[in-house]
Amino acid sequence: MRAMVYRGPYRMRVEEKDIPAIEHPNDAIVRVSLAAICGSDLHLYHGMMPDTRVGMTFGHEFIGVVEQVGPSVQNLTPGDRVMVPFNIYCGSCFFCARGLYSNCHNVNPNATAVGGIYGYSHTCGGYDGGQAEFVRVPFADVGLTIIPDWMDDEDAVMLTDALATGYFGAQLGDIAEGDVVVVFGAGPVGLFAARSAWLMGAGRVIVIDHLEYRLHKAREFAHAETYNFTAYDDIVVQMKKITDHLGADVAIDAVGAEADGNLLQHVTSATLKLQGGSPVALNWAIDAVRKGGTISVMGAYGPMFSAVKFGDAMNKGLTLRMNQCPVKRQWPRLFEHIRNGHLKPSDIVTHRIPLEHIAEGYHIFSAKLDGCIKPLIVANAA
Amino acid sequence: MPYTADKPPLPESSEQLRQRIPGWGVDLDPRDRPSVPREHFDPGVTGAHWDFPQRQPERWARERLIEHAVLTPVFGTSCPPKGLSGLLRRVAYARFSEARAAHWLILLGADRVDTLESALASVLTLTPDNPIAETGVRSEFSHQGIASRRGRRRADLTHHLLDPVLVAGPWVAVVGAVAYVGVKGFRAVAGPARRNS
Repeated sequence: MRAMVYRGPYRMRVEEKDIPAIEHPNDAIVRVSLAAICGSDLHLYHGMMPDTRVGMTFGHEFIGVVEQVGPSVQNLTPGDRVMVPFNIYCGSCFFCARGLYSNCHNVNPNATAVGGIYGYSHTCGGYDGGQAEFVRVPFADVGLTIIPDWMDDEDAVMLTDALATGYFGAQLGDIAEGDVVVVFGAGPVGLFAARSAWLMGAGRVIVIDHLEYRLHKAREFAHAETYNFTAYDDIVVQMKKITDHLGADVAIDAVGAEADGNLLQHVTSATLKLQGGSPVALNWAIDAVRKGGTISVMGAYGPMFSAVKFGDAMNKGLTLRMNQCPVKRQWPRLFEHIRNGHLKPSDIVTHRIPLEHIAEGYHIFSAKLDGCIKPLIVANAA
Repeated sequence: MPYTADKPPLPESSEQLRQRIPGWGVDLDPRDRPSVPREHFDPGVTGAHWDFPQRQPERWARERLIEHAVLTPVFGTSCPPKGLSGLLRRVAYARFSEARAAHWLILLGADRVDTLESALASVLTLTPDNPIAETGVRSEFSHQGIASRRGRRRADLTHHLLDPVLVAGPWVAVVGAVAYVGVKGFRAVAGPARRNS
């Protein structure tokens, strides 16, 4: 089969690999029809995630068709059109039994702090991902879901991570009616978090970024007020000014490890890997939210320490909430929102790239060329 | 103002927002939010039909973090450890917990060694690395590389110049060092021969 293969920081190519085999009785092999590049894939691409091995296939956002199932699979048959949550989880451990699917303890021998994620380094379990023609899906009876007939492929692939994560991020904000919500980052997760904040009754939604085309999308898609932080000496002061010096009730960090806005933070994290990530957006969130407010962290950070302003967070009495999204838990409600016309996730897709050109796709997304917000990868076998 | 008790007024009322924004407030009640409460004990809803999963065969000695009591029943099988990078990875997993910086720094070091090992190994194959194609940098010409940056207030432009230097720098240095040693070696061998002829 053809598959994306990592060759080292900032480098990848498409190679012939063996079609994955059933390795466990509850495995399925899925023929990928559509995948996406996630903003967090860029952390791998930039060499920031420890134990990212040359030869690995990335991709944790994908849908496809069941090609083969293991002998214990009960709920699926070959030919089913399925969506795959980015979490790999057993459904039966201490954490899964409590709905914390992203924290499964039975799928990742390489770490205990994070569960299993497709194509996301050995730190997340060492599973190849879906930027390929075929992929192995463990615990098929638990994770895989048949895509409803009325749902199109592009909406379905957005549900496998970006939409579910943005919606989950808004929930972690504990938004109450009339709350002022500020979202740092107008990438896919930030756009979905902003849009979801309205569903939860926010009174005002503000989005901050430095890319004008993404802020335009935030105004159009997420009905948000927007601010370009490069236009202000200090974006935190600006947030105070526009909230009558109170600060926002809720802040959502939808940026994560490669936040721009402070060159020293960027160089020490993204370039020199001395931090788990550049916490610029998180620090702005801590200072921009009001005392007693809530911060929801959806941005992905590496496992190393980061220079986070915990003193301010403590002194302000903030509630910090965070987790990788337990994706499948969000789906029934999100299916309703899509069917009722409250959300149209594929509206943020900007690029559709053949698998054979995936290196260009990563560069376009990484360098923010051509108005790129969300690139999809179209597999050859589709 | 925070100096008095009342919350600042909002620019729009809830009724106005409901009219303007599709779906406004449909999840206002926390009971409609799927991750509220965050933990909800219900092992019957996951689809699992086992108390503990059957174990996946271990086809090679799978590296395992020392904080795990046992090898997890299911695990990824991509890219088994190999070469010097593999040795470093095994040390990181066998010796240091994820609480230790040494664990992560050794793994990051192993990643860089792996890149070098793989680049050298690829030279011996029919498909050696092609650094230009593999970076996707040709999309700079097909997808508005200049127009996407020119005249934009982008905070990332400062490191767009720095990143290629830092990424390509070590490779250029290695190639330069190999060329330097090669030329020196050639002269050391060829020089006396020429003088003797």
